[in-house]
Amino acid sequence: MTRLDHDLRAVRERRRALVPYFVAGLTPTWTQYLEAAVQGGADLLEVGVPFSDPMMDGPVIQAAGVRALERGVTLEGVLDELARTALGVPVVIMTYFNVVHYRGLERAAGLLADAGVAGVILPDLSLEESAPWRVAAGARDVATVLMVAPSTPPDRIGRIVATTQGFVYAAARMAVTGRASGDGEADLVVSRVREHGDVPVYVGIGVSAPEQARHAARHADGVIVGSALVQRVLDGESPAELEAHISLFRRAIDEGAREA
Amino acid sequence: MTHVMGVPDAGGHFGDFGGRYVPEALMPACLEVESAFREAWSDPDFVNEFRETLRLFGGRPTPVTPLERLSEHLGLRVFAKREDLAHTGSHKINNVVGQALLTRRMGKRRVIAETGAGQHGVATATAAARLGLDCTVFMGELDTQRQALNVFRMELLGARVVPVTSGSRTLKDAVNEAMREWVTCVDDTHYCLGSVMGPHPFPWMVREFQSIIGTEAAEQLRALGVEEPDLVVACVGGGSNAAGIFAGFADSRADLVGVEAAGGSAVGSGVPGVLHGMRSMILQDDHGQVEEAESISAGLDYPGIGPEHAHLASIGRARYTRAADDEVIDALGLLSRLEGIIPALETAHAVAWLLREAASIPSGSTVLLNLSGRGDKDVAQVRSLLEDRR
Repeated sequence: MTRLDHDLRAVRERRRALVPYFVAGLTPTWTQYLEAAVQGGADLLEVGVPFSDPMMDGPVIQAAGVRALERGVTLEGVLDELARTALGVPVVIMTYFNVVHYRGLERAAGLLADAGVAGVILPDLSLEESAPWRVAAGARDVATVLMVAPSTPPDRIGRIVATTQGFVYAAARMAVTGRASGDGEADLVVSRVREHGDVPVYVGIGVSAPEQARHAARHADGVIVGSALVQRVLDGESPAELEAHISLFRRAIDEGAREA
Repeated sequence: MTHVMGVPDAGGHFGDFGGRYVPEALMPACLEVESAFREAWSDPDFVNEFRETLRLFGGRPTPVTPLERLSEHLGLRVFAKREDLAHTGSHKINNVVGQALLTRRMGKRRVIAETGAGQHGVATATAAARLGLDCTVFMGELDTQRQALNVFRMELLGARVVPVTSGSRTLKDAVNEAMREWVTCVDDTHYCLGSVMGPHPFPWMVREFQSIIGTEAAEQLRALGVEEPDLVVACVGGGSNAAGIFAGFADSRADLVGVEAAGGSAVGSGVPGVLHGMRSMILQDDHGQVEEAESISAGLDYPGIGPEHAHLASIGRARYTRAADDEVIDALGLLSRLEGIIPALETAHAVAWLLREAASIPSGSTVLLNLSGRGDKDVAQVRSLLEDRR
């Protein structure tokens, strides 16, 4: 088990996890949003490192990625800033496989580990192609979080659940990030994952309002909120304003847990 | 005998390249396409329908034309495989007929596609109309301006064209957007990818559909008394026309040459990377971000190359070189005047390479040029480029 597995199982003993997502380097003071998110009740932070071709992202995160890249953001720069920021909760990096592939798998795993990063989400790294990366990352105790989609058939779910580390990222719908309404198929995906093992299941993709988070938290172990927060950063909201908004998600998730 | 361009491994790898790097949401769709294609391609009825559709509708077989005046000009024996004479004006029809038939076989009612120059978009819209499928084409906004007539052609054919405003607003961004769309509609929609790129099985499947070019050409050359050409030359963006003609000669002694755009030379200037579902040679900056390709030809404006080409380059079976915009325009003019064939700007890259290198090719060598597309779509652009020169 990785450090992230232990940490997130410990979280599960206490409450449903709230996982805010931010785009690294979007503003000069982007790490303040991470600190605010922890104040607002985050249990885990997902930090997006922008890539030129974000195949899995909708317009909001694309726009944020473009802006961050124009500011000159790099993986090394992001990790440097993360290493200097005391957050008190684990951090996972979300990026595309080319960003780590370009640096060499062992070297990239070392950079992540040295910065204290607990895991990665690489949405375009399929289960089938993931073994070399998982070996490199595993050697440095960096967890590799895999996704399950509404389209994933049962036998694949079984293999993904057996392979993922930390948690399973359950996509609530067949869509890219931020383009959604309603509750999607979150409950269905969560229940399918549960049949295959006891790994924590976090729901993401299209969770934009506290009410949706509350609903998802009835069944899932955690909820990931991305585009809805990134849009607020793009709109110029301050870390304090974000913290207030994130605490609404915190409350909604805790309510959802009580309704379970 | 094992074939140089054979079947990739179970994961879709050609040596170190290829594979399947897609979001989990798309994995089941890719697996479905793979199993449907395997089954169809070993079904004589499907193969027969594919060939018959290309014969009765697509204008195949396209001829091999001896280019006599160019041959005399260069001191070589140059032959052209005339994909410019295929329906819709390029080799693209071969692939889309295959994929449209496969779409129907899978029970889906809609296709989506990306397009650069518009050739693949027009071809997809054409095949979709023929088979009664809905069609949506994603095209970089910049390309919709460069190729406005092709946008109108697609609309005439009943397709919807969606301008893509993200990223560099060219082909690579159109692929991203098509992938994003596919995630939302895999149940009833097939993604008709336009080149030998993307996740497995596309690089292999598209090459198989395009290999009719090389198979026909080998036979036609023999009928013209050429047992085996010394050189086979084709332009390369993603690389589907090159893969198609190389497939007919990879097991021969012919020297295989792929010509990339100077500003989009993935083999020459790229490094191994992962983009659009495949591991291949990709143009990247010092941080692993994909760089924008730059070429006068929208169809070669792509920062990657099909994984099988990366493999053929790595094992030395094919070599990849480049042609610059200026020499491409000259080549287009020369072929037009000498042979009465106006090639597409993409195709003119292969011609440009031949003009540049002819002096170093042993005199009398036999050269097969893949004339992948006709230049009608480019004449307005070429006119303004020539006016700029004056």
